[in-house]
Amino acid sequence: MNPAQRSGRYDAVVIGGGHNGLVCAAYLAKAGRKVLVLERRHVLGGAAVTEELHPGFHFSVCSYVVSLFRPSIIRDLDLAKHGMEIIPLETAFAPRIDDCGLCRWSDPGRTRHEISRFSARDAEIYPEFSLTMTKMAQLVRNIIDSPAPDPTSWNPAELFRLLRLGKELQRGGAESVGMNLKLLTMSAVDFLDRWFESEVLKAVMSVSGIIGTFLGVRSPGTAYVLLHHYMGEIDGAFRSWGYSKGGTGGISLACARAAESFGAEIRTGAGVERVRIKNGRATGIVLANGDEIEAKTVISSCDPRLTFFGLVGRDHLDGDFVEQIERYKLRGSSGKVNLAVDRLPRFHGREGTDFLRGDIAIAPSIDYLERAYDQAKYGEFSERPYLNVVIPSIMDPSVAPPGQHVISMFVQYAPYDIKEGPENWPSKRQAFGDTVVDTLAEYCPGLKESILYRQVLTPWDLEQEFGLSEGNIFQGELSLEQLLFQRPAAGWARYRTPIKNLWMCGSGTHPGGGLMGAPGQLAALSMLGSRQT
Amino acid sequence: MPIPSPFHSRTSKLCTSLRWKDWAGYHAVCSYRTCHEPEYFAFRHAAGLIDVTPLFKYEVYGPDAAALLARITVRDITKLGVGRVTYLCWCDDDGKVVDDGTVSRLEEDYFRVTAAEPSLSWFERMARGYQVTIEDSTQRWGALALQGPNSRDILKQVSDADMDGLGFFRVVRAQLDGVEAFISRTGYTGDLGYEIWVDTSAGSPGSAGSGTAAERVYDALTEAGRNFGLLPAGLDAMDVTRIEAGFIMNGVDYFSAHHCLTEMRKSSPYELGLGWTVKLDRGPFVGQAALAREKRAGSARLFVGLDVAWTDLERVFAGYGLPPEISSAAWRDGRPVYDRDGRWIGQATSGAWSPVLKKNLALAQLEASFATPGERVEIELTAEYRRHRVTATVVKPPFFNPPRKRA
Ligand SMILES: Cc1cc2nc3c(=O)[nH]c(=O)nc-3n(C[C@H](O)[C@H](O)[C@H](O)COP(=O)(O)OP(=O)(O)OC[C@H]3O[C@@H](n4cnc5c(N)ncnc54)[C@H](O)[C@@H]3O)c2cc1C
Repeated sequence: MNPAQRSGRYDAVVIGGGHNGLVCAAYLAKAGRKVLVLERRHVLGGAAVTEELHPGFHFSVCSYVVSLFRPSIIRDLDLAKHGMEIIPLETAFAPRIDDCGLCRWSDPGRTRHEISRFSARDAEIYPEFSLTMTKMAQLVRNIIDSPAPDPTSWNPAELFRLLRLGKELQRGGAESVGMNLKLLTMSAVDFLDRWFESEVLKAVMSVSGIIGTFLGVRSPGTAYVLLHHYMGEIDGAFRSWGYSKGGTGGISLACARAAESFGAEIRTGAGVERVRIKNGRATGIVLANGDEIEAKTVISSCDPRLTFFGLVGRDHLDGDFVEQIERYKLRGSSGKVNLAVDRLPRFHGREGTDFLRGDIAIAPSIDYLERAYDQAKYGEFSERPYLNVVIPSIMDPSVAPPGQHVISMFVQYAPYDIKEGPENWPSKRQAFGDTVVDTLAEYCPGLKESILYRQVLTPWDLEQEFGLSEGNIFQGELSLEQLLFQRPAAGWARYRTPIKNLWMCGSGTHPGGGLMGAPGQLAALSMLGSRQT
Repeated sequence: MPIPSPFHSRTSKLCTSLRWKDWAGYHAVCSYRTCHEPEYFAFRHAAGLIDVTPLFKYEVYGPDAAALLARITVRDITKLGVGRVTYLCWCDDDGKVVDDGTVSRLEEDYFRVTAAEPSLSWFERMARGYQVTIEDSTQRWGALALQGPNSRDILKQVSDADMDGLGFFRVVRAQLDGVEAFISRTGYTGDLGYEIWVDTSAGSPGSAGSGTAAERVYDALTEAGRNFGLLPAGLDAMDVTRIEAGFIMNGVDYFSAHHCLTEMRKSSPYELGLGWTVKLDRGPFVGQAALAREKRAGSARLFVGLDVAWTDLERVFAGYGLPPEISSAAWRDGRPVYDRDGRWIGQATSGAWSPVLKKNLALAQLEASFATPGERVEIELTAEYRRHRVTATVVKPPFFNPPRKRA
């Protein structure tokens, strides 16, 4: 059916034009539904957005690398045709102040060489570790490709799904189940200690366990997050991380074009004030400008707190549910600093750009990371934070003028709740930016002189500008107690909400945050399965 | 023993993997690094530079040059304008393909033909009675393919030609860093891209810079590419791109009629998806009668693309407790294709995992009744040393066809 034939009321209105909202809209439109997407900002993408903030420099403002984006979505929505292009990273570099650091390459032989400079034993074990992680990632992968099973249900299909999950865990062999259970509860450092001896390697590997959480590398439960990130999957075969050509927003725009090709309508600059609710049913939305839009179904891609307390209102919800959402942990712990520079940074003891065709981790030791966390615990940003740095313009020159570059720095820790109170973040923004630049400059002298423009995003900015409550980058921590059938609340992990005809499809739902599109896809498929829209 | 190309002094320094193979008697790089994937991504996202000197090249001059080429190929070359290039094939009397390549009309009476195989004797045999001179210029022209979305921007830095004005399948004379060359907007990747033809017999031009003409062009492109993500690329990367583009390869997807011991091995242009290159309604040309007959009666086999179902791959490998194993390199050991009842209906001749499309692709020749897009067939897959059959959907190639290719 073309849109003209589907005049009248919308079948579905999606709140939020982040990549999950757009994926969800595309699937619904593809199934013939009349769909409208409403985005508050002037650009689409949410946390997956590209903006030209300085002439000629295209910043991946928030999210900067992709790994978990579901290949099935790329195929189903023909995203390659709609402009989605992902360039795999080739290296993982951990510079050090006093020597040339450790670089891991896509060539395993070269990686072994590098690691053996620190420990010959670790160099040999490294591939073994990767194999084990792949095995476990395979289990997790099956989990993220289907809706979370519902353990409270007596529906035989649900029980079967739970059994299957158990079987999958078992099939990995008893040893791997043991590994898996350990993983769920251990700290990233404890887990890595079982494998490796060299500090450099352990430190840089442990950081995957803390990204986006308010935890330290020695906090229990961080080993699981490690796995979640390790899974970094491109192609459906297990591969690494990649850049989206032209910046991360390219992914969102490809999803938007796909949605439009199926007839979905998309509006930017259209903030939703609240969901219109009548007799416990969503009947449409009210825009910030007062306009009302009627719809058979409303789908929110905003985080659970914003959705239920901001757009729905506590009055419409029962106490138990309100309590669950109140307990849902958001606790943002990271910020972002983006630079436009007029030349490439130079690192101690390394020539050329080969080692920069990937990410750069400032994580010189476990103690360094733990100290960074300590400060955050007491409401300060880390004086020497963990940085995950990428220079996408090396492999994708389209994002900067010739010879010039963009540097993207993901920074942890920057707690939302600073001791002065989150609303005082703006007065600390520049000091925070200075700290981050100073940190990187210790590894690449001359950095400061090369800066043409700087953008600093604190957790407060992430909340105010991007609608991420408490600045949590994943719309809620990826800790165990709020994953699977508990995300975002027990009994409500299948994209439905206590309000009839109101659904969720953002990173705050199963399987969680990151650029994967899975929540949007699974929500849409669940809705289509339920024949409600 | 293979010989070095005129760019060897440069490519051999860059090829740290030492992965080379013989290509038509030349040393050719498979991949510059141990892993070819970055080179593939350079083709698709930035630019890749590949030495394609080993292509066979022939200069055809003389007042009858156009008439000769119209007679021996399936296209009416007399209609090709000066400054234009065309892709085509040529056949034997039975209408079976001998080779495929491009023809460029450089001047009214001056053409260049590229071929996958040595073709001089065939062309000369056909040329009796025509006023033409045919020169085997394979060694004379050093050839580079610069392919990928940034290729135009790179050429703009080093050539005096109007790159924005150079349309798809056009060719111009240009100077690159002071060296005379031809630039054609052609290639084997199905993307925006160019091929650069340098005369290596002209000797070192002028005083500026150092090195031979070929080396100077190579250096100039490499230097200009520095800010555009240019990587030197090898045959492994190109092989994946040509499958995404749906381009067939002589010796892989079909065999020259000249080398086939049996009729079954030969293919007509229609069976290879090259029917669109055949112009039947014109003066006589080699194979015309046979091709007209086939056109009327219909072909027994047809060339198709196959999209191999990912979920089936997953299922097969999951049966062994494995994630799907996908080689990042293209394959070219043919695989049987069956109908849903298990009857053999043709062969897939090459294929690759497409990192851009996230699809497992193959090029195939199938019985004509199965060649309709959307048709479901089955293709053989070996997993854990055992044979399986997985579903594949028939698609019309190209699989990947970005607008920038022609824009
Ligand atoms: C700084 C940062 C770095 C990150 N880095 C990475 C990374 O490198 N790799 C990775 O995989 N993930 C990363 N993430 C996480 C990832 O970006 C997110 O999980 C993902 O983009 C969330 O997508 P979404 O569609 O679920 O939600 P969002 O992108 O949050 O989309 C929600 C949308 O709703 C809009 N909205 C809010 N309120 C309203 C309203 N009232 N009316 C209308 N619209 C509204 C918002 O503007 C937004 O566009 C990062 C996140 C951040 C913040």
